Amino acid sequence: MSEYVTVKIDGQEIKAKPGEKLLWVALDNDIYIPHLCGIRSEERSNASCRLCFVEIEGIPRPVTSCTKTVEDGMVVITRSERVDRLVKTAFELILSDHNLKCRECPANRNCVLQVIAKKRKIKLRHDRFKPIAREYELDDSPAGFAFDRSRCVLCGQCIWADREEAKVGAIGFTKRGINRVVTTFKDLPLAESICTQCMLCVEACPVGALFYKKKEPHTATADKS
Amino acid sequence: MQLLEGEKEQILASVDEVLKNSSKLREDLIPTLQKVQAKLGYLPALAMEKIAEGLNVPAADVYGLVTFYNQFRLNPPGKHQVKVCLGTACYMVGGDITLESFERRMEIREGETSLDRLYSLERVACVGCCTMAPVVVVDEEVEGKVTPTRVDGIMLALQDEEKKSVTEQEPNQGRGEDS
Ligand code: SF4
Ligand code: FES
Ligand code: FES
Repeated sequence: MSEYVTVKIDGQEIKAKPGEKLLWVALDNDIYIPHLCGIRSEERSNASCRLCFVEIEGIPRPVTSCTKTVEDGMVVITRSERVDRLVKTAFELILSDHNLKCRECPANRNCVLQVIAKKRKIKLRHDRFKPIAREYELDDSPAGFAFDRSRCVLCGQCIWADREEAKVGAIGFTKRGINRVVTTFKDLPLAESICTQCMLCVEACPVGALFYKKKEPHTATADKS
Repeated sequence: MQLLEGEKEQILASVDEVLKNSSKLREDLIPTLQKVQAKLGYLPALAMEKIAEGLNVPAADVYGLVTFYNQFRLNPPGKHQVKVCLGTACYMVGGDITLESFERRMEIREGETSLDRLYSLERVACVGCCTMAPVVVVDEEVEGKVTPTRVDGIMLALQDEEKKSVTEQEPNQGRGEDS
């Protein structure tokens, strides 16, 4: 096997490690492809966010770049009418179940959703899908962070951090379809679960769902605003 | 849900027995849950915890699986089990309203069991008699055209039955259901 494969993405010739997924090869070479759920070290992506579509020559339909291994001679384009349409729909579906009060959100200006919206020129507010305005109880039981599920986009990054980095197993996906949530065993508040509060999940969260509390961890009732 | 007297021992024994004959691999999780549920009628938290331990998977994963599949139940089956059909036909004629009426009457939500374990409420998809929509199955008995008024009737009948079985008296009269 040769040391590298050559692929062409948006006209740019790129040498890539065999076995790498197209998404990461593109990103490493400053070619932007939206993505939420892909995890570099994960062997098989969930491919659940449906944002990373690209067109590959010889393949009749757009494919998710996080699941596609690079092959020698592959010719890829990251934008096309079909790709844009798929990405827009997927993005709008995600947004229809996302708390859009950006100004109140700790991730404001530092949020992957805002990046995707900007790069792909998709409005955060749209009227194609009726928003599902759901009430979730804020879990602010941990000392240093909190979890607001109304902002969660179900990307699974926090679960990966919990399992593969922290090796704890405190959180996971539960329920199905539109009711899916990230939660603990028995839906306990994080502080009552086996969570060690290492906060690697907070680091992993691309939006403002898992966020650091502003006040110092040990001044429990310091009333600052 | 509070465990009954002796239930804890029963749960532990059932899980132990199932795990004895299990490969203890992650792949065995679903069959294990099915076998334990067959013994206990549901999957109490304690059972999920013990199964997670036995197969060496996070309890959060067991919980995720149990809440994903409809075949698993988190609550014990009630003495009286009410299943409300929300198949296409029943849904179209207001099966969801029927379900809501039961929820209000039983003071539980769909998928739950009343604290005294007398009633449990579930939703099902098409029972196969759509002409009678909205359909409800009460303890294996199929009831058709179940409007909210009819829900009251069904609940009264069940409560009546309970009263009778409690007092053990048998006043020789019919179920007085006409309204
Ligand atoms: S909490 Fe954050 S990291 Fe976890 S699934 Fe939701 S959006 Fe993704
Ligand atoms: S990153 Fe490929 S589907 Fe989410
Ligand atoms: S949809 Fe309810 S019985 Fe068919």
